[in-house]
Amino acid sequence: MADEGLVTPPRLAAPKREKREKPGPLEYARQWPLQLIVGATLVFLYLPLITLMVFSFNDSRRNIVWQGFTFKYYEKAFANDSLIQAFVNSLTIAFFCTIISVILGALAAVMLWRFRFPGKTVVEGSMALPIVVPEICMGVAMLVFFARVMPWPTGLPWPLNLGAITIAHISFAFPFVATVVRARLSSFNRELEEAAKDLGASEWRVFWDVLVPHMKPGLIAGALLAFTLSLDDFVITFFTSGPDTITFPVKVYSMLRFSVTPEVNAASTILIVVTVALTAIGLHLQNQKPKEGKA
Amino acid sequence: MIKPNPIISFEGITKRFGKTIAVDSVNLQIQEGEFFALLGPSGCGKTTLLRMLAGFETPSEGRILIDGKDIAQLPPNKRPVNIVFQSYAVFPHMKVSDNVAYGLKMDGVAPGEIKTRVAEALSLVKLDGLGDRMPDQLSGGQRQRVALARALVKRPRVLLLDEPLSALDAKLRDQMRSELTSLQEKVGITFIMVTHDQDEALAIATRCAVMHRGVLTQVATPADLYEFPNSRFVADFVGSVNMFEGVLEKDEPNEAQVRCAELSAPVYLDHGVTGARGATVWVALRPEKIEMHKRAEGSTAMKMEDAPGGANVVPGVIRDIVYLGSETNYEIELEGGRRVRTFRSNLTRYDQEDFTWDEPVWLAWHACSPAVLLS
Repeated sequence: MADEGLVTPPRLAAPKREKREKPGPLEYARQWPLQLIVGATLVFLYLPLITLMVFSFNDSRRNIVWQGFTFKYYEKAFANDSLIQAFVNSLTIAFFCTIISVILGALAAVMLWRFRFPGKTVVEGSMALPIVVPEICMGVAMLVFFARVMPWPTGLPWPLNLGAITIAHISFAFPFVATVVRARLSSFNRELEEAAKDLGASEWRVFWDVLVPHMKPGLIAGALLAFTLSLDDFVITFFTSGPDTITFPVKVYSMLRFSVTPEVNAASTILIVVTVALTAIGLHLQNQKPKEGKA
Repeated sequence: MIKPNPIISFEGITKRFGKTIAVDSVNLQIQEGEFFALLGPSGCGKTTLLRMLAGFETPSEGRILIDGKDIAQLPPNKRPVNIVFQSYAVFPHMKVSDNVAYGLKMDGVAPGEIKTRVAEALSLVKLDGLGDRMPDQLSGGQRQRVALARALVKRPRVLLLDEPLSALDAKLRDQMRSELTSLQEKVGITFIMVTHDQDEALAIATRCAVMHRGVLTQVATPADLYEFPNSRFVADFVGSVNMFEGVLEKDEPNEAQVRCAELSAPVYLDHGVTGARGATVWVALRPEKIEMHKRAEGSTAMKMEDAPGGANVVPGVIRDIVYLGSETNYEIELEGGRRVRTFRSNLTRYDQEDFTWDEPVWLAWHACSPAVLLS
């Protein structure tokens, strides 16, 4: 065995690997301090969520001690018209916010990547502003803006009455899209664009046939970001919503002021399920390309 | 050689980027059916010249004519030229057949005709049956064939190739070289290739232009470029060369003589050099044109029967030997300390002469071998 190993050195490596070596500094699965950190992270990340979901099935009014399994609070939540209305409002706002943010964000990214114009750095910097400005300031600013500068007409039919909130959401969501898409564009091979032009494509065709397919993963990631940002935004929405334009987070907050009932847990669980499902769809869309290739 | 109607004609083309001049008043005619190579070191302006032809750069001065028509105002998508990029630029999200069909689709060709022409183009580049593959399932060489098919399917007047072989490994490069040549013969389209690799240019092109710092230094057939370079730059850039600076001592219609400080004997030439007597000239001698003979230690005169006719003979000592299989390279130190390179083909499996390190030798070359350069 040893002789053989000397003749063909690669064979020596095999038994060595079987022996337990000292774990490397980044092998977090085999070092207890790191195991501890990983474990603690998982506990603090997921245990609250699991508790929330489990207690949505708790047959208890006060929801502190486990009393028994029930779907009662889901029924109650679905029967709560104002809660459902808030939920539908949130989804509607998130839907429009996503579409418009993706379009604006993609166009902004292409502009910043492609063109040189006076004041480009200023535009680039101000694009990042909604990302860094504290949400509470954005909220107050939106409140003042829609109260004084450009009041959104009240009493409009649904969903037009959600316009102010949607605009507020777009204003902070599209810079995220632009950032993601811009990062994706930096890996674009300009020769692809030139090749398309050389083959007879107009600027517009180049954009649709070459640039958009390249941006696609960025667009999907940006859309997911915009959707979740809009769906769970509380601070800015709180300042821009009116009595008939309550969104889901704002509604949950107002319900909590009275008491933490399993109904809130049930509603939150539904929201988690919806978000996770949409994210899964988004990721699936993003991973579709290599699958197509294998076919 | 010069035909009345070139397919492409550059007339006083200059391109400036800010203050740097990338291409400096280039005049060049390319004939229909040529396989033309633009050869030069990186940054010499050859790619800029090609990109101006494709329409991705606009000349600062001058005109580019294709079939006698000025194409300055035409955008790239309206020009009768197609380009194969260095990165191939195959669309990664399209099937091979969609890649090839793209240009035809843009031209509004009928779907039925697209199908037959795509199949034709794919079989032309030997990719039959791979139309349904995605580009990331292809090798580098196959992707290049897709790029070739995609450009050729449009039946352009001129096909431009930007460093077509630089990304391939050595074996594939040799194969692709001969395939490009036979492809060009088959389709009969004028090919213009940009390359920094002189081997590639000599092997493929029917005519080459050497560019240096934005200027066309020499335009000639590969053989003329190699054997009759017109400047030190061309002699040095194309192939390998031993260069000696010297003074022109004698210049008559059928003989000339140059005295070089680094050579122990003057260089005799059996042809005239049109230069002023006493002018500084350079003698360029290709390594393979130098013969090497055994020399007895201390002897300074060579037996004349060993020397080639009208020979130049200088003594030296072998200092370095590089065995390359098919040939062996020798570096020989001359009396003044100057080193000279020469090759010997390994004609037999046992080298009878068996040259070795520090062996004294004679170097000899024919009077017709060196090229005398005035600049």
